[in-house]
Amino acid sequence: MDLRLAALFPDLLNLYGDRGNVLVLQSRARRRGIPVEVLPVGLGHPLPDADLYLLGGGEDRQQALVAPALEALRPQLEAAVRSGAVVLGVCGGYQLLGHAYYAADGSVLRGVGLLDVVTRHPGHRAPRLVGNAAVACVLDGVGTLVGFENHGGRTWLGANARPLGRVLAGFGNNGRDRTEGAWAGTVFGTYLHGPLLPKNPAFADYLLRLALRRRFGDVHLSPLDDRWEHAAHVRAAERAGVRLRGA
Amino acid sequence: MPPRVWAALTAGKLAAQLSRAFRIGGGTVVPGRVARWLAPDLLRRLARGLPHGAVVVTGTNGKTTTARLVASALRAAGLRVVHNRAGANLPAGLVSTLVLAADGGGQLRADVGVFEVDEATFPRVAGELKPRLVVLTNLFRDQLDRYAEVDRVAVGWRQALQTLGGDAVVCFNADDPQVADVARDAPRSVAFGIEDVEAGRETLEDAADVRYCYRCGVPYRYRVVFLSHVGHYTCPACGTGRPRPAVRAEAVRVAGTSGFTAELAWDGERVAVLSELPGLYNVYNVLAAAAAAHALGIPPQALLRAVQATKPAFGRGERLWWRGVLLQILLVKNPAGFNEVLRALRAEPVRSLWIAIHDRTADGRDVSWLWDVDFETVRESKAWVTVTGLRAEDLAVRLKYAGWAEDRIAVHRDLLRALEHAVAHTPAGGTLYCLPTYTAMLELRALLARQGVAVAFWED
Repeated sequence: MDLRLAALFPDLLNLYGDRGNVLVLQSRARRRGIPVEVLPVGLGHPLPDADLYLLGGGEDRQQALVAPALEALRPQLEAAVRSGAVVLGVCGGYQLLGHAYYAADGSVLRGVGLLDVVTRHPGHRAPRLVGNAAVACVLDGVGTLVGFENHGGRTWLGANARPLGRVLAGFGNNGRDRTEGAWAGTVFGTYLHGPLLPKNPAFADYLLRLALRRRFGDVHLSPLDDRWEHAAHVRAAERAGVRLRGA
Repeated sequence: MPPRVWAALTAGKLAAQLSRAFRIGGGTVVPGRVARWLAPDLLRRLARGLPHGAVVVTGTNGKTTTARLVASALRAAGLRVVHNRAGANLPAGLVSTLVLAADGGGQLRADVGVFEVDEATFPRVAGELKPRLVVLTNLFRDQLDRYAEVDRVAVGWRQALQTLGGDAVVCFNADDPQVADVARDAPRSVAFGIEDVEAGRETLEDAADVRYCYRCGVPYRYRVVFLSHVGHYTCPACGTGRPRPAVRAEAVRVAGTSGFTAELAWDGERVAVLSELPGLYNVYNVLAAAAAAHALGIPPQALLRAVQATKPAFGRGERLWWRGVLLQILLVKNPAGFNEVLRALRAEPVRSLWIAIHDRTADGRDVSWLWDVDFETVRESKAWVTVTGLRAEDLAVRLKYAGWAEDRIAVHRDLLRALEHAVAHTPAGGTLYCLPTYTAMLELRALLARQGVAVAFWED
């Protein structure tokens, strides 16, 4: 058993600690005896065959460079998802997984449409949605998700995407409907940016199991010593103003 | 003087006396808030009274040390200097500094002002301060929760530089592509940079922010990297590259956290400097100060005296004895700065480390940046590590995934308890390296002051 993990445009979509997600998935698989191959995908490169694809966040300029490159990979990405591959988009990566991003200056960035969501930037007068956040996640066994969000765009879900969770503290997709993130099948997007997985080990393992299912069926992952991860999880929730029980 | 201005000055001075009398703080911010509320144009009005004008130092890293060097060189040249030495670099802090330097009639007891200014604030105060000289140090990722995006800070700078007077000079870091891009078209400019390629390395760190040419969207090609994205670069598509610096550092030799030697050269002048300031990043601070001195016409001897006399600023490498152990405090604010501190530490026999991560507004509320620090480069260290602060647990997880030995890491939320633990794990007479974020550094100094050790920062 092995895991193939593709990081899409890591030199452009790495605004704030996005490599933490790669390091955590890699380490948590390896500690279960599952070798991991990390495949960085650069601009203009073909999409490698992988079980899990990661997209991080970037500034406007980097997003604009990435959008057409991602668009070119759309047929291969769709095929990968049909084969059961997992896709996780964080912050800017989440926006690009949707249909489109309407920027503040009126320009439009086309997304790959793997998630039925649309993002609009209401203009630079509107406040950015910034701060610690905690979310009650709807996925089995994941519990709470904690992290930090920082986005100008407001994302709205269509009929074919479900929210990843309900906002306990923070803004979430748009600051209005109390939803955060989106998912459909094996595709996930969230505004909890940068190193989301280090302090959400349950979500990291959820993604690992799902990704391994593509080639190896249901896999049991042995428990790891997550004392520090849980302590960081509880502390992050506390800084967001949410009290969780136990560490 | 309009009564409103007189009232603002008087109220500001009174607020300073009160906040010191009641030990609320150092009086570096509150007087400015009060005075600015009464007279919103006070900054412009007071700055206008500086006969030799204002010097502004801005950028992500190096502001405090560079401003101290420039102020010290100006003093060595015989000028009276008003300077926000304690590092209060937002508008209220700038006003406080000037209010306290003015007499009751609003006359400044100074010839020239030296102001470190927060990099996102600079565009808002450039018009009021009307600086004769602006020093741009560098632009790294820092506190994106406040500034949103590094690019937006650069856009603000570009606009601010266009509002400067025609004879204003811009000193800028030629080795930082984003800074050079902002400043290269300024009508009067002095570029500075490190020439000695031996002082650098060949690869970029992960945290490098700018690697794509602003004109072409093509990655820059680097011949050498000194820190983060700072080095000798060229765009392979349009050929735009590092401007040739007028003020240069050659023969750079860094001795870990204890200082460096280098030769500074400009216009046929060449001076050897010996500095106690730690790390390669301080070579840039000295270079920036040299460029400013050159632009201001300060004689090289005055600059040399300033460099040799400048001790590390509070929390920027200062050393203090406590309970038989030497504490060296090295502020860590962002990935680029943290990486440079780690690099300087690699040259030292580190036995014990104390790292404090807070997430207050002045630290940046988002601790994601810890994942951009290259802790992997020192994973084989055998040092004892004590982590503390409001986000101690985030750092513990980061160190664990960087491969640091878990059984050598202790987590204590309370700063003092953590410090006691770390001291107990430091050999008597040895050095405990203390790496705090900004507000953790202030808290550490305050708690040491209560123990009778450090000077409070407003007296520094």
